[in-house]
Amino acid sequence: MFSLKQNCWFLRKVIWWRAIASIAWSVLLLPVTVTVFVFLSRFCLFHPILWVSECLALLTAASTIFSLVLLCGVVLVAGFFNLEYYTVVPSIPCTRVALLGKVLHPRQCVHSLVHCTMGMLMSWCAAVTIGGRYGTLGSPCTQTDSGSSQQTCLNEYHLFFLLAGAFMGYSHSLLGVVQNMNYVSFQTIQQYKYLRFKGSLPRVIKCSVVQALYSVRNYVALYFFFGYIPRTWICTTLNLELDRSLHTLDSLAGLLDFSLLYHLWISGTFLLLIWYLTVLLFRIYVTEVYSFPVQSTFAEDADQCLPKVLTSSESLVMKFLALQDLALLSQYSPARRLEVFSLSLPGGHPHNWNAISKECLSLLNELTQRLVAHHDAVASNGRIKSQSASTDTTRSGSSGSSVAGTFGTEDVLKTPQPSSFIRTPGSVFLKSSMGGVHSSVTAPFTPDLDSPFSSPAIRRLAAHQEPSSPWYGSIQSPHIMRRGAKLWSASTDSQPKSSVATSPVPEPSTPPASPKPSFLSQWLQNRKEQVKSFLSRRVLIMYLFNKLPEASSQALFADSQAHIWALEGLSHLLAASFSEDRFGVVQTTLPSILSCMLTLQEAVDRHFKLPHASSKPVRASYSMGDSSYKTLRFALRAALKTAIYRITSTFGEHLMAVQISSEHRKRLQQFMEYKE
Amino acid sequence: MMCSLSLFPSPVPAGQVTLYEANNELVSASSADCYEKQEWDPPSLHFPRESLKPHSRPESSSKAAFLDHRDTLWMRSAGAWRDAGLSGLLDEITNSAEEVPKWLTVSSGCVLALLRWMSSFHGSLFPHLTLSSEEMVAEFSQVLDWSDCAVRGFSWHPHTDKFAVALLDDSIKIYNSKSATAPTLKHRLQRSVAALQWKPLCASALAVACHTCLLVWHVDPTSLSTRPSSGCAQALSHPGHSPVTSIAWSPSGSLLVSASPADTAMMVWDVAAETCVPLQRVGGGGVTLISWSPDGGRVLAATPSALFRVWETRMWTCERWPCLKGRCQSGCWSPDGSRLLFSVQGETVIYALTFTDAPGGSKAAAVVADLSATTFSDGDITVGGEVQSLAWDPSGERLAVLLKGDPQSSSHPSIIAVFKTRTSPVFELLPCGFVRGEAGAEPRLMQFHPHFQHGALLTVCWSNGRISHVPFYFSRAGGSRSGLGGSPPIPHLTSKAADNKTHTLYTK
Repeated sequence: MFSLKQNCWFLRKVIWWRAIASIAWSVLLLPVTVTVFVFLSRFCLFHPILWVSECLALLTAASTIFSLVLLCGVVLVAGFFNLEYYTVVPSIPCTRVALLGKVLHPRQCVHSLVHCTMGMLMSWCAAVTIGGRYGTLGSPCTQTDSGSSQQTCLNEYHLFFLLAGAFMGYSHSLLGVVQNMNYVSFQTIQQYKYLRFKGSLPRVIKCSVVQALYSVRNYVALYFFFGYIPRTWICTTLNLELDRSLHTLDSLAGLLDFSLLYHLWISGTFLLLIWYLTVLLFRIYVTEVYSFPVQSTFAEDADQCLPKVLTSSESLVMKFLALQDLALLSQYSPARRLEVFSLSLPGGHPHNWNAISKECLSLLNELTQRLVAHHDAVASNGRIKSQSASTDTTRSGSSGSSVAGTFGTEDVLKTPQPSSFIRTPGSVFLKSSMGGVHSSVTAPFTPDLDSPFSSPAIRRLAAHQEPSSPWYGSIQSPHIMRRGAKLWSASTDSQPKSSVATSPVPEPSTPPASPKPSFLSQWLQNRKEQVKSFLSRRVLIMYLFNKLPEASSQALFADSQAHIWALEGLSHLLAASFSEDRFGVVQTTLPSILSCMLTLQEAVDRHFKLPHASSKPVRASYSMGDSSYKTLRFALRAALKTAIYRITSTFGEHLMAVQISSEHRKRLQQFMEYKE
Repeated sequence: MMCSLSLFPSPVPAGQVTLYEANNELVSASSADCYEKQEWDPPSLHFPRESLKPHSRPESSSKAAFLDHRDTLWMRSAGAWRDAGLSGLLDEITNSAEEVPKWLTVSSGCVLALLRWMSSFHGSLFPHLTLSSEEMVAEFSQVLDWSDCAVRGFSWHPHTDKFAVALLDDSIKIYNSKSATAPTLKHRLQRSVAALQWKPLCASALAVACHTCLLVWHVDPTSLSTRPSSGCAQALSHPGHSPVTSIAWSPSGSLLVSASPADTAMMVWDVAAETCVPLQRVGGGGVTLISWSPDGGRVLAATPSALFRVWETRMWTCERWPCLKGRCQSGCWSPDGSRLLFSVQGETVIYALTFTDAPGGSKAAAVVADLSATTFSDGDITVGGEVQSLAWDPSGERLAVLLKGDPQSSSHPSIIAVFKTRTSPVFELLPCGFVRGEAGAEPRLMQFHPHFQHGALLTVCWSNGRISHVPFYFSRAGGSRSGLGGSPPIPHLTSKAADNKTHTLYTK
């Protein structure tokens, strides 16, 4: 199930070692956090000397050492989960039901379960460390009403702590999904790891403090209402008595205990801090720059060189790091730039430049097509467009017209060319294991397919591909069904029975065998429309299936960091070639690069005219989730303009001699006059 | 070899206006009008001080006039918390002794005293923190006498003939050679503008350092609107990062760095994504001035203490440069980014630092010019003193130095001294002359045009609200290239000063 099967050299040689180093550092940081926790949890204002000596004694006690060993294990597991679940392309659910599907996905359930267990273990450690009344689960009863003298009673404080740990583990896992905590974003500037860690440490501490406060609030409310269930369950299974003389903790008097809340909050902060530190270190290590050689003298290293790595589709993180390296080398290292512009020794072909520019261009072209198709899908808005009618809107040069009519779903998912893998931006790890939601929610056209109430034109296309599914309109994309993920059974089960189970969903027993519209399929179609119009009047269904604002736009640009680097790399290389390219290898590709960028510029401009595309998302503060993917489209737009301006300002009047279409020339003229 | 002001030709008498430099000497006349027009003449603007009304700011004393004092304690506390934070809340509680229990009044009074003591201790370490933010901007701005200056900021567009002017009334006007409309930018948050800069490799983005935040305007150059809406502006802010006194775009146009004297971290912004990375180092107590070298490799960051830092932009590490006398007041980079000239408050010299890619580099700054006060007998005028700001023209041949005068004495005005610079065989400054404006007008702010074809063009904002442009005609070392329209921004390594082959583009 996990990526141990992957044998990409990069994962083996680089990513794993980075992950191991990050875990090692988190383990090394444990004693520090434990010490701070001990001092804070036993804080006593009026007896400072007693406080310090007690804490020092506790730090060397056997129980603390045991807790430390246990925590090491927890950190190892957490680090392993970070490695398994991270992604460089966020998965953006476009509807609430898709989000629900993500939460209830088996893979996510494993994550939640493990985090619950870890949370419980950690809060057990915390309870033992704090000691006092939290120490053990059972305690001798203070008041024996009957003759049996050695009755053990339930220590509810201990139970309260354990459940709090489990709750925090689950909420950590849940928030991780909602806020895309597994998304690893790359920094705009490069910093050394230590300095980056130091710089982000205050934010992490603030995050864990604030999150722990929220968690405590939610947990206390939950326990107030439902606390008796686990308590009675534990009592009956372990045959423990309830101490009648004490307040039960699900009463107001029991919960309004300041020291209890303080301890709960401190241990919650401790718990989250350990996890967040692990996540932070992992992010810092994974996104560290990796310098790929541009060319190698040895044949066996050839597939580790930049041109090969860029075109390979083995691992998304490798591709991202390679693009980052390209952007950096094009900007900072003249020696490596020379290697890019160099000719192969026998033959004299600019293989390096050709491979790099081709890959960058195919990335950018693919984004253009994606945008054009999205725009057409939105613009058609209910009208059924024929293939011929839509071709005229995609005058985007090379290959825009081939995508227009089909909306790319089938096209995108099945194209064998290597560059197309990035269109299903879920990383290979996900594909290898589940292949379900994670890889599909960001599939390019989900925004328009996932709502059952979207335009009939799109639905017709989707229906044509997946007529056997009654839910074809609501799932993210047809290939979920093909892969047979159990997502939908899971999520429908969880919905309230009254709304979904009673709704008459027609189950087609046999899929229509022939593509010609038979009477039966026609009838089914009509029934489906009726069912949908019936459902669309239900508030809950509308709530679940309505598209989240901006989500479609965010999903379109989910992997745009790659495009930004491609643009930076290409434009810097072109600008450098003006003085450094001795053989003129770049000149031959200049027209295609220019027209590619200008076409993309056109598509981006049109995209930003759509509603929701240009509205800025609200920034969520105090969360470890990285929300930088929400603004990637703006970053891409700015990077694209800067790239074109970099080329025009470098080449100046010489660009007039480049062969491009008159329309692009007009656009280019605008750029040269600084009027864009 | 050190250049000093006594080597300069004596400044022209008051009433004469410096018009241009040709054939190696500065030409002046009695009025700015007797001067033939070139192909595009940047408009000489005039913003009289009297016509501009400074924005009236809500004073803390006027608050009492509006606040309803019959509010409940809760309402007042909430208001105080919102307006002035924790100290305001404590102050409110302490002052309403009759409504709250005695222990609360006493304890909040104690906490307030403790807070004040701590902040005064912090202030004694870094005296600039006791200034109000207006005073802070005036203290650290590159503009001489910022608080009473009609023109508070000026910025040439790096690629086209377009410039933006920030005025005393917190508005910004944009003048373009190709269009007759001059858009005026106003924004609710655009208060006490300390600096502004156009984004390189972009036609429209203008960053403005404001009182509480950083505004990035996107002014569509093709638009005919004279009042772009505030929707065209992005507001970037970070808690604790105000007032912003200095901003700098990276020459590649991808990053923006902002600095505030009250914040020890300088922010590196990804403007499009509105994210920032704080770069924090201990010591200094804030960052007052940011200057990005033209090649993009280094950033100068001056602090309010006697310390400045030079960051390299590859991995964002910094070198510390402690100064002996005072804080670094101003600095400028040579076009190839290898040499930094800076001046220190309290000293009347210009220092030079040379950077090489090899490890080590120079260990100490060298004094390259002595600017101590010199009296010229024929005009009975004294010039010299501390440096307010430095500007180096993009071809690296002229260095303009804005020297502070003595406000008490009429014979010691602030003045712009212009040096010729030579990099080979050794780096040295040679005297060129003084730039003077109309009678009674003192220079406040200056900037070189980033791509003037025929030499260098210095734009000066004067105390009387006039903006004038002084061209320096000389042929650049890479002169053959300058005929092309958009010549590539290759750093010109000036081989020698081309004084002897100056050809006059100007004919009288």
